[in-house]
Amino acid sequence: MSTNLADYKNIWVFAEQRQGKIMGVALELIGEACKLAKDISDETEVCAVLVGDGIEDLAKECFEYGADKVYLLQHPLLKNFTTDAYAKVMTEAMEVYKPEIVLYGATHIGRDLAPRIAARSHTGLTADCTHLDVSVAKYIEFAKANTTLDTSTLDPESKDTGLKMTRPAFGGNLMATIVSPRTRPQMATVRPGVMSKREREAGRTGEVIKVDVKLSEADVRTKILNIVKEAKEMVSLTDADIICSGGRGLGGPEGFKLIQEFADKVGGVVGSSRACVDNGWIDHAHQVGQTGTTVKPKIYFACGISGAIQHLAGMQDSDIIVAINKDPDAPIFEVADYGIVGDLYKVIPQIMEAWDK
Amino acid sequence: MNFQPTKEQEFVRKMVRSFAETECEPIAADIDKEHRFPVETVEKMAKYGLLGIPFPTELGGAGGDHISYAITVEELSRVCASTGVICSAHTSLCCWPIFNYGTAEQKEKYLPDLLSGKKLGAFGLTEPGAGTDASGQQTKAVLDGEEYVLNGSKVFITNGGYADVFVVMAMTDKSKGNHGITAFIVEKGDAGFSIGKTEDKLGICASSTTELIFENCRIPKDRLLGKVGQGFKVAMSTLDGGRIGIASQALGIAQGAFDVTVDYMKSRKQFGRSLSKFQALQFEMAEMKTRIEAARLLVYKAAFKKDQHVPYSVDAAMAKLYAAETAMYVTTKCVQFHGGYGYTKDYPVERMMRDAKITEIYEGTSEVQKMVIAASVFGK
Amino acid sequence: MKVIVCAKQVPDTNEIKINPETGSLIRDGVPSILNPDDANALEEALKLKDMYPDTHITVVSMGPPQAQDMLFECLAMGADEAILLSDRAVGGSDTYATSNAISAVIDKYKKEFGDFDIIFGGRQAIDGDTAQVGPQIAEKQHLPQVTYVVDFKLSDDKKTVTVKRQLEDGYEEIEVKTPCMLTCTKELNQPRYMSMKGIFNKDKKITVWSAADCEVDLSVVGLKASPTNVYRSFTPRPKGKGVMVAGDTEAEIAANLIASFKEKHII
Repeated sequence: MSTNLADYKNIWVFAEQRQGKIMGVALELIGEACKLAKDISDETEVCAVLVGDGIEDLAKECFEYGADKVYLLQHPLLKNFTTDAYAKVMTEAMEVYKPEIVLYGATHIGRDLAPRIAARSHTGLTADCTHLDVSVAKYIEFAKANTTLDTSTLDPESKDTGLKMTRPAFGGNLMATIVSPRTRPQMATVRPGVMSKREREAGRTGEVIKVDVKLSEADVRTKILNIVKEAKEMVSLTDADIICSGGRGLGGPEGFKLIQEFADKVGGVVGSSRACVDNGWIDHAHQVGQTGTTVKPKIYFACGISGAIQHLAGMQDSDIIVAINKDPDAPIFEVADYGIVGDLYKVIPQIMEAWDK
Repeated sequence: MNFQPTKEQEFVRKMVRSFAETECEPIAADIDKEHRFPVETVEKMAKYGLLGIPFPTELGGAGGDHISYAITVEELSRVCASTGVICSAHTSLCCWPIFNYGTAEQKEKYLPDLLSGKKLGAFGLTEPGAGTDASGQQTKAVLDGEEYVLNGSKVFITNGGYADVFVVMAMTDKSKGNHGITAFIVEKGDAGFSIGKTEDKLGICASSTTELIFENCRIPKDRLLGKVGQGFKVAMSTLDGGRIGIASQALGIAQGAFDVTVDYMKSRKQFGRSLSKFQALQFEMAEMKTRIEAARLLVYKAAFKKDQHVPYSVDAAMAKLYAAETAMYVTTKCVQFHGGYGYTKDYPVERMMRDAKITEIYEGTSEVQKMVIAASVFGK
Repeated sequence: MKVIVCAKQVPDTNEIKINPETGSLIRDGVPSILNPDDANALEEALKLKDMYPDTHITVVSMGPPQAQDMLFECLAMGADEAILLSDRAVGGSDTYATSNAISAVIDKYKKEFGDFDIIFGGRQAIDGDTAQVGPQIAEKQHLPQVTYVVDFKLSDDKKTVTVKRQLEDGYEEIEVKTPCMLTCTKELNQPRYMSMKGIFNKDKKITVWSAADCEVDLSVVGLKASPTNVYRSFTPRPKGKGVMVAGDTEAEIAANLIASFKEKHII
């Protein structure tokens, strides 16, 4: 798929839907694609790709959030996500329409589908991106504001509009910007919650392109027996204003009782470091960090969390970070706005008491 | 000379450290407080082959070496000395004498279950009146037809309450002194054999230390281990190997206390600085580290010589003497460095200090070790 | 049954620290470990072997010769054999090129040992966190895949697999015929330790293959064949240091913290 790069135009967003509802990340990606498209050329269009069955209505939402075109890939066998069916119809559509860039949400579906498509299309894919640029000048701007990167080797006048995909690596210890210079389309999965939706523009519309989909049952080798929404309480770390997170310093699973009380008191939700999840002290759903959820609450309480870089990667953009740790040398204090050296079992109850005063 | 551990030894340490930190450390304080023998840990040690390391695979062992065994006891004891001695007493004091002195039939009968950990082993030598001076044995064994009849009692028997197989010394001919002692294999459930009182101890509280009582205990003649009158030799050679185990336990306790103290010193601030920044304390830690490393070299050297099948009893005595004293030295200092907290059960160092003391006492007191070492200098 | 487990040796990213002066990674002394999710993949294969002792488990990896240590660990946990593709020609591969290389190893495996039933891989490796190599191997091998597996069952005829696939808000139950590729999460199981017998077992071997040994097409592996390249890399800028909250007692510290919150209208 890589012969003539200039043949590839427009930005596609895989507008992931589940049970007829568009995932938030898809709308975030449409918003991001609008910014990128402007930096590529005036002709570059933002196209949402809707894959499913009986989902025409969702096109409206895509347009209102910024899509110029919607490709509609519909078939009864596409009702629920299967790797085989989705990979087949997406790859075939990409071969016909030749997008320059394809963005996917880094969801459990996006991360299953995108690598399969990339391998079949012999093109590159960058996982779990947290920042995207096409313009070198804007990349320099980003780098200067957020990183230690020496930007003197980059030319702000450069006409290069290749997609620069920035992502954490080595557990967030390192950031890498990846390019895919020789193959098209350029593909990335993007972490939910990091890009911004556009303001919804009611009544905004665009062109719907119904794509001819060829699928037979034999194409789909997995059979979905059941889709279960888990009754367990959803931990919406991403939406929380206050997060109370516990780390190894809790000493054991029972420590999360105190953290839960603390969270209840301050109106927050319970987060956790990876160490606690690895130890089985708390469910993975609570994990904040590189391999967990990225959070940006107003206040982040890090209790007994030493501040492994992989954890910092997921919470250092919080407005206010309060660190409580016995070890004054703990790296968490490097990012904390407020540091408290002490026994969390003594400090937290006092904060809870002071909270009401 | 080569101080480089083999790949297998490195993986043994990695495996046992991970096992110990996951399975033993979280319960170490509780089982100490409750004086509870960790049956569940013994089952897991069995499952992963920790109870038959230095024995051939044909008999159900892991086919490992004694350095690996020493590393295992060290790493277990680093977080829980009670668990360490369960492994040590079983391996060195029960499996080994059966392996070394047992007949083909005895090995066949006992070792597969012992080495796989299906059964746990113990060793009975000490009596109320026969500790350091083992020749004062009062337990008697008399041949009566096809059976030996045992009468008497043993004290301070590690694993006593939970063992299935016991290697027991008894006097078959009082007139011959040490040469009148004979070793036997006694099984849990043998008629006339019972477990007496369980000791309430200063340390290693989660290990089972009991009395063994023999009241006309009749066992078949084929339970004789080794030859009649060979028991003292069986016991002494067994204890030589046991000392490697206890030295490893002492080494592990010292290392464990040292490690938690390093962490504590980094976090504890006094006079505006963490303890780790005070040179006086740093120097003390340097001294400890050096002693621990010296103990480690002695322990591994004794284990190495055992693997090489060259005489090692003096090496084992020096290893145990020095490692035990190091454990006591290090744990006492570590409690001191923790200050008031070190004296409480909130921190593991007080347990480690209590656990350390026994290593200077059992399987030959430090004084006995010095006797063995001195004899190598001046002759007996 | 024949089972392949894909495993990777990775630096323990929890142990990586940043030099605060230079902002560079301190990788010295960082232990190399079996990638955690791959340990779950191996454990699931070992559970199959517990149930069906004739199951043969081959661990496949790509990496430098030191990766044999990780494979040794896999064998000591209970795998039957291990194959390492180690060759400079495959160095610098991105996920696409890596999956080409590993797929070539699997092709070679098939030639030597016949067809396999299941490939287990980890969900993702902690050094890259891409979760791409598993699905890409599945693509090259034309296998159906299920990622994010949290539960696994094999039918009695050993031909059908029923798995639970984790979603953000629940799970799917999926049925798939063998052969297939499954990527495993840590929720799936608790990996066992190495066993002493495993560590001292001298019979199991690690085979090291060069690119030529497994007939890798050199035009699809390595840095040059990788569609993605690193444009720039850097360390994130650490946020400025805040204040330590003063106070002689916990109560005083807490009061000072809350007072500061109120003063700055944080709450």
